[in-house]
Amino acid sequence: MLRWMGKFKALIMLGIVTLVLTACGKENLTALDPKGYGAEKSMDLMILSTVIMAAVFIVVMLIFTVVIIRFRRKKGQEDFIPKQVEGNHTLEIVWTAIPIILVFILAVPTVMSVFDLADEADASSSINIEVTGNQYWWHFDYAGEEIQTSQDLYIPVNEKVYLDINSTDVIHSFWVPTISGKMDANPENTNTMFIEAYEEGVYWGKCAEFCGPSHSLMDFKIVVVSQEEYDQWVEDMQNVDPEVQVEDAVAQEGQELFEANNCMGCHAIGSSPVAVGPNLTNFANRTTLAGVEDLTKENIVSWLLDPEAMKPGNKMTGNYPELTEDEAGSIAEYLMQLSHSDITPESASN
Amino acid sequence: MSQEHSLNPENLPKDPAKATLEGRNKFLGLWFFLGGETVLFASLFATYLALRNSTAGGPSSQDLFGLELVFIMTILLLTSSLTSVYAIYQMKNYNFKKMQLWFGITAILGLGFLGFEIYEFYHYITDYGFTFRSSAFGSAFYTLVGFHGGHVVFGLSWLIAIMVRNAKRGLTLQNAPKFNTWALYWHFIDVVWVFIFTVVYLMGMVS
Amino acid sequence: MSIASTQKRGFGAILWDYLTTVDHKKIGNMYIAAGAFFFILGGLEALIIRIQLVKPENDFISAGLYNEMITMHGTTMIFFAATPLLIGLMNAIMPLQIGARDVAFPFLNSLGFWLFLAGGLLMNCSWFLGGAPDAGWTAYAPLSVVSPGHGTDFYVMGLQLSGAGTLMGGINFLVTIVTMRAPGMTYMRMPLFTWTTFIASVLILFAFPALTVGLFLLMFDRMFGSAFFDIALGGNSIIWQHLFWIFGHPEVYILILPAFGMFSEILPVFSKKRLFGYTSMVFATILIAFLGFMVWAHHMFTVGLGPTANAIFSVATMAIAVPTGIKIFNWLATMWGGSIKINSAMLWTLAFIPSFTIGGMTGVMVAISTADYQYHDTYFVIAHFHYVIVGGVVFGILAGLTYWWPKLFGKVLNETLGKIAFWLFFIGFHLTFFIQHFLGLMGMPRRYWVFLEGQGLDTGNLISTIGAFLMAIGSVVFVYNVIITSIKGEKAPADPWGDGRTLEWSIPSPPPEYNFKQLPLVRGLDPLWIEKMEGNNKMTPAEPLDDIHMPNGSILPFIMTIGFTIASFGFIYQVDHSAWLIAVFGGMAIALGTMLARSLKDDDGYHIHKEDLEKEVD
Repeated sequence: MLRWMGKFKALIMLGIVTLVLTACGKENLTALDPKGYGAEKSMDLMILSTVIMAAVFIVVMLIFTVVIIRFRRKKGQEDFIPKQVEGNHTLEIVWTAIPIILVFILAVPTVMSVFDLADEADASSSINIEVTGNQYWWHFDYAGEEIQTSQDLYIPVNEKVYLDINSTDVIHSFWVPTISGKMDANPENTNTMFIEAYEEGVYWGKCAEFCGPSHSLMDFKIVVVSQEEYDQWVEDMQNVDPEVQVEDAVAQEGQELFEANNCMGCHAIGSSPVAVGPNLTNFANRTTLAGVEDLTKENIVSWLLDPEAMKPGNKMTGNYPELTEDEAGSIAEYLMQLSHSDITPESASN
Repeated sequence: MSQEHSLNPENLPKDPAKATLEGRNKFLGLWFFLGGETVLFASLFATYLALRNSTAGGPSSQDLFGLELVFIMTILLLTSSLTSVYAIYQMKNYNFKKMQLWFGITAILGLGFLGFEIYEFYHYITDYGFTFRSSAFGSAFYTLVGFHGGHVVFGLSWLIAIMVRNAKRGLTLQNAPKFNTWALYWHFIDVVWVFIFTVVYLMGMVS
Repeated sequence: MSIASTQKRGFGAILWDYLTTVDHKKIGNMYIAAGAFFFILGGLEALIIRIQLVKPENDFISAGLYNEMITMHGTTMIFFAATPLLIGLMNAIMPLQIGARDVAFPFLNSLGFWLFLAGGLLMNCSWFLGGAPDAGWTAYAPLSVVSPGHGTDFYVMGLQLSGAGTLMGGINFLVTIVTMRAPGMTYMRMPLFTWTTFIASVLILFAFPALTVGLFLLMFDRMFGSAFFDIALGGNSIIWQHLFWIFGHPEVYILILPAFGMFSEILPVFSKKRLFGYTSMVFATILIAFLGFMVWAHHMFTVGLGPTANAIFSVATMAIAVPTGIKIFNWLATMWGGSIKINSAMLWTLAFIPSFTIGGMTGVMVAISTADYQYHDTYFVIAHFHYVIVGGVVFGILAGLTYWWPKLFGKVLNETLGKIAFWLFFIGFHLTFFIQHFLGLMGMPRRYWVFLEGQGLDTGNLISTIGAFLMAIGSVVFVYNVIITSIKGEKAPADPWGDGRTLEWSIPSPPPEYNFKQLPLVRGLDPLWIEKMEGNNKMTPAEPLDDIHMPNGSILPFIMTIGFTIASFGFIYQVDHSAWLIAVFGGMAIALGTMLARSLKDDDGYHIHKEDLEKEVD
């Protein structure tokens, strides 16, 4: 009996470790601490199903444990022939009926929430943003606002935002676990989903459909700000002038190189619809470089010299003129000057 | 155990194709196989239905299909199914020569069907420039109809092989099941064509 | 053609014997051997994946190689390890259970095996020929269409070959069970493993052709410029997902149902008690198979099929929990009141019940469409299906192998080693996969080459990797057990467990090539048990001793497979140079020529004579 208890202790320890780990999910990344409409709906059903399933599991394990202890063949019982029971109708009906009832309890809220999350009745009166997945970055086009951005998506808090999601190449999937479940970005059609965030902050987004070598590096962020800050941000974005000259000398050299090498052929600044590569508007206020790296001058230089090392399989490698380290430094300096709004990820955190 | 000698009706079972376990197994096995083939063609039909309007600016089904040709093809294939029934009927009567004759007619009708199909494809390619690579519709059309055509080719080769092989030997308990399963296979090809005629050609000309 | 085989034969003779054999037991053993080989291969790939994920932002292997690893791990385990191991057991055991001398189509059986083996080897050739497939085992278009190199071409041709082989196996089992049952073996007296073989074969028959079509479309797009998945020319990549999952979901049941069957054999034997609720077990199996065909889109909840489709497929999927629950409770009730002997075969079976219950429950959880928006394509799903496939199928295969090993090879596996292997594997399994449920919910999508630092995913991944190594050590112990047993093990009697209930335990271990000297007369469910209870201890023959007709061996299936393999290489490389079309036509000519030869030549088989049979001792 004691030996048996020992085994159980190990199991309990494992359970505790697991619980601790559960609590450790990173804030604004984990799905276990929902702060948005869709994520909450999912969480409700996760809890309901976990409770039901745990109850069933406990019943199964109780019977299982009793069976193994009570009916284990003991010494001297080798010749014992148990009664050969064919079955038992009452029992079999019971364990058919109970699962049916449990499934029904789960099915009703499931169907209701599926239709609730697909309800697009107020789409026309809400903010609509076209989200485009690309290998390996995300583009955001604020329909009607003439705003184009990439990688960081700004939305107001407590406001329904409709996303029209598609892709230019392979299938991706748009997922911000803390705010909402995922929706695939297909190349042949546009999927619509709404999100609503309940708290200001910077939320991690992940690509959740296998899309090639840098699938795991295709992160993005949703920056949730107050309504006033959002209005301010929209106004700032609409007034971006891509022609404006930067002041710093090194940065100016960078700007010239940027133009001379025709970087704008792929990377727009401002509301130009060019989106071969990420739009660089408000670049200096990005949360990260290339979705996952710290936004520092050194990292930009490394990217410009060898993008393949940071994001295997990206579409920029080999498609731009070779740069010296100095040239890359100047361009980095220029890019770090591209701050088009005072509303930054930091404003969301306050 | 005189398996090499051809059968004569006096001392032999009612249905030579199902007299042995091997014969029954073959027949049942082919039935199951056709179950799988049904899923194969169902998948191809579903793909075709999903893509039949995806012409990408190229020729559409209304531009291409003409009823006369397809009608003749349908008649040829349906008739060939009927003649194969006669052949099996003759087999059960132990009339080997007449069986071969009816199977011969079946083969000729099948070849006729195939000839028209090749002409049809040739016509689309040369007159309309409509190929396998033109559009998703083109790919789906040639794949579905081509898979059926491939089955016809395989069926004809199979039939001719067993006819030639057994021409001198006559009917035995080994080869009777082969003729029988072949006939079942041929009926299946015929049924698939009826669906192609309806789903591809008739629906293609209407919508 | 005497059955009195000489004891010592040269290596060449043995090789020739296996290349030409049409004996279902030898083919079954070859399936098991090949499946074990691929299982080890897939396991090594899994270890490499887990080493890469042992710490954040690891650079043990490159992103491209990592994608090849995950693709090959999944494909290998599903198509070349789990499926053949099960088909091997079905092949070797099912005819014995129904009292048959062989399967309905011995020639086709051999062809099926060689095609499967050729497919598996062909796909693994890609490692040495410029890179393995890298679009995931699901090979979603358009990623699989644009994937550079020949990796995905090897995937397509390899699966096409092995899929054809599996389809042949399925048809063969169906016909065998329908026409070749021993006298008195009615459908409702068939052992559960035979039943699940039957139902799994139905699933193979109706599921694999969908994959065949999907692979053809992918092949045409990649090799011949068609536009099924080319969006610019009107193609639609969702078609691939539908076709793949119309195959892929039933495939899960193709794997799990035979495992259920094996547990339903093992539990009664080691509880000394008849299977509880036999009839409801049979109908639950049929119901699972039936429902299994109408739930494929639950793999596609986030594709954007709309709320109606999502709701229907959610509810249909949940419904599968009902027949599965019936099974779990019937197994528990089988043990209730029994006399349970816990040996290593039974350990795997007992461990299966809680492990699979967890997998089944997370299955219901992912069936909830709304919740699946979070679970989908994360480590939660990875955890879920490994609980089902490892906790269900692999435990089942290992239980079944341990249980039938004496019947297959004439020696009982070592118990101590068996138990050590079990505990290592069992603990390793839960360590590896339990934590992954949480990793997924904490924001770790599947197929991630690296996870970032400071995202709270470090500890979980470390635990998972440690567990994977425990599983690996457990597997090594199992393999060591197999080797040591075949060297030192003692010869097993006909019924080594003493409590065998079904027909296979009434004949010698391993059985003679004709299985049953005289076909047995079956008088009920668990026929051998019935005879034992009446003090007979052996089956009553249903026929007098007579000559036994046997099929001839043939090298043609092997040659045909070589032809198809050459043609496959031709298809793959004709994109680069049209000279490879020679290989296409040459290979097809060999294959079709052999087919013709087979069709034209009557094969009457041979007879084992009564006098020789009388000389054989039982």
